[in-house]
Amino acid sequence: MADTEKVEVKKKWKKRSDPVVIYKKWCKACFICVEMCPQKVFDTDRDGYPVVTRGLDCTQCSICWLHCPEFAITSSEK
Amino acid sequence: MVEQVSNVTHKYLRPKKTFPNVWCPGCGIGIAMGALIRAIDSLNFNKDDVSVVSGIGCTARIPVYLDFNTLHTTHGRAIAFATGVKLANPKLHVIVISGDGDLLAIGGNHFIHAARRNIDITCILVNNYIYGMTGGQYSPTTPFAKNASTAPYGMIEQSFDPSDLAKSSGATYVARGTVYHASQLSRLISQAISHNGFSFVEVISNCHTQYGRLNREGSAVKMIQWQKEYAVPASAAARMTREELEGKFVTGKLHEVFRPEYVSEYQKIIDKFNEEEEENRQLQES
Ligand code: SF4
Ligand code: SF4
Ligand code: SF4
Repeated sequence: MADTEKVEVKKKWKKRSDPVVIYKKWCKACFICVEMCPQKVFDTDRDGYPVVTRGLDCTQCSICWLHCPEFAITSSEK
Repeated sequence: MVEQVSNVTHKYLRPKKTFPNVWCPGCGIGIAMGALIRAIDSLNFNKDDVSVVSGIGCTARIPVYLDFNTLHTTHGRAIAFATGVKLANPKLHVIVISGDGDLLAIGGNHFIHAARRNIDITCILVNNYIYGMTGGQYSPTTPFAKNASTAPYGMIEQSFDPSDLAKSSGATYVARGTVYHASQLSRLISQAISHNGFSFVEVISNCHTQYGRLNREGSAVKMIQWQKEYAVPASAAARMTREELEGKFVTGKLHEVFRPEYVSEYQKIIDKFNEEEEENRQLQES
């Protein structure tokens, strides 16, 4: 694998680890995103807030940010 | 496209308002507000050409956060104010968004008469089956036998079907959506805004804090997923019998007809009057 290609893949990988971003200040920990994500991308942290743990599975289906009542989720890929 | 989806809502929020919003965690009103924003954005309107009017209640807090021309009016009078706005400036796209108690109980008469007149207003009713903000009293849409804080032994009155009421009052576009089907909802809302005449969209939402707690319906997520099970698309409903549809609700576009619209008819009278005036003036001059 050429070096440049490696860098590309690495970049993609890094991006993939956070396909959606949750703005914690606006989030009210209602679990809508956690329960409705078809790929089960989210887990909850100790305080009950969602965190992206299986970002690789995300298909950018838009369900989580269309249903977040607080507009706290944005996609970082699309 | 999806990039717009994720950033679109933020473009239309008032920058100086404090967030998070006032609603309970998981309240569907926030989802309905997102759908409304995306609907307006898909139509490419200028912010100054849109006017959003509401009454009092949880849902009526929506315009507070929206960066359009907004009016937060007295209880039940949203449509009355909106009628005035539309007649004073017919170029505006006037949208009324309020709850079931506000639009159907206190503002019931404004509602049916605005529908009868067929004035070009878009009315969005967020139906969560109860008065949320004031403490869980039953509203005209609380289903029979369900509990409310003023009906601790169960509701003994029959309830309104808001979409049927709008249709029979003369609304020329009627649709029903749910907050679960959020992208369909914004499609329906943008259709309703584009329709010339009184258009009505009923949004089935969840009030887990009042209705859900009193009726043991569970968390916000459970109530939103309940909507998926009980919603029947209009195309499928046409093939179902009355018994099969019992207890369910039909979603999608329910009714659309075209009738003369009130503001343009009113404009015709003004034009006619101006013409006569002009003729009289010319007669006097000659
Ligand atoms: S849907 Fe929004 S508010 Fe609810 S838990 Fe997820 S990020 Fe937080
Ligand atoms: S976009 Fe879809 S798959 Fe990705 S986190 Fe959101 S709901 Fe899950
Ligand atoms: S009381 Fe009900 S309708 Fe009002 S914000 Fe809470 S959940 Fe939503």
